Amino acid sequence: MTGTIIPYALGFGFAALGLALLMNLWRLLRGPGVADRILALDTMVINVIGLIVLGGIAQGSGASFQAALLLAMVGFVGTVAYAKYVLRGDIVE
Amino acid sequence: MTGGGLWAELLVAGLIVLGAVFVLIGSWGLVRLPSLMERLHAPTKATTLGLGAMLAGSVAYFQLIRGEWTTHELLVSAFLFITAPISGNMIAKVHLHRLRCEGETARAPAEPPGMAGTPAPPEPGIHWATYQAPLTGSPGDLAGD
Repeated sequence: MTGTIIPYALGFGFAALGLALLMNLWRLLRGPGVADRILALDTMVINVIGLIVLGGIAQGSGASFQAALLLAMVGFVGTVAYAKYVLRGDIVE
Repeated sequence: MTGGGLWAELLVAGLIVLGAVFVLIGSWGLVRLPSLMERLHAPTKATTLGLGAMLAGSVAYFQLIRGEWTTHELLVSAFLFITAPISGNMIAKVHLHRLRCEGETARAPAEPPGMAGTPAPPEPGIHWATYQAPLTGSPGDLAGD
């Protein structure tokens, strides 16, 4: 049970992160190059980590931070894998 | 253990709002900035900073209001702060690689000149998006120094 101010801050945070995800999606669909799309995907992963963190605060349970940590690692590995694939034509050499 | 004073709630709410605003600014920059080299700035700096603020807010919430000490957020923020420059560097390498390999073909994206102007091209014989060993005599050539 949170207090009186934090729910408003959480609502603002959820709205801002949703809007940010929509903007990233626009860049992902539009972006003129491969690098733009990789960048938009990386930013979307980071925003989803933010959503998980805010959801953890809203639920009052620290159980969802393993998911945030896992998503941080997988997002980074995915970005590097995309970049390596474009650069070298192969991921694991 | 629920509680915490007004100042604790103000601190947590302020950190959450600050982080949300930074994340929004990062995505707005991703939409608005003209060229990719400038678009790289917004998510890798503003979004990472915003997420750091939100994670600090989460630590403050669990510590001050619920009385639990958690360290997962610190782990997440440390990992993000380490990996954000690396992914930014990889994306810049991809961009330069595509520009160099497909600069003359029609499939290349038309890159508008950025606010900071187009960067100077590398000197002949030196590639900065380097996926090869540094050429002899280039600034990256450690063996020739």
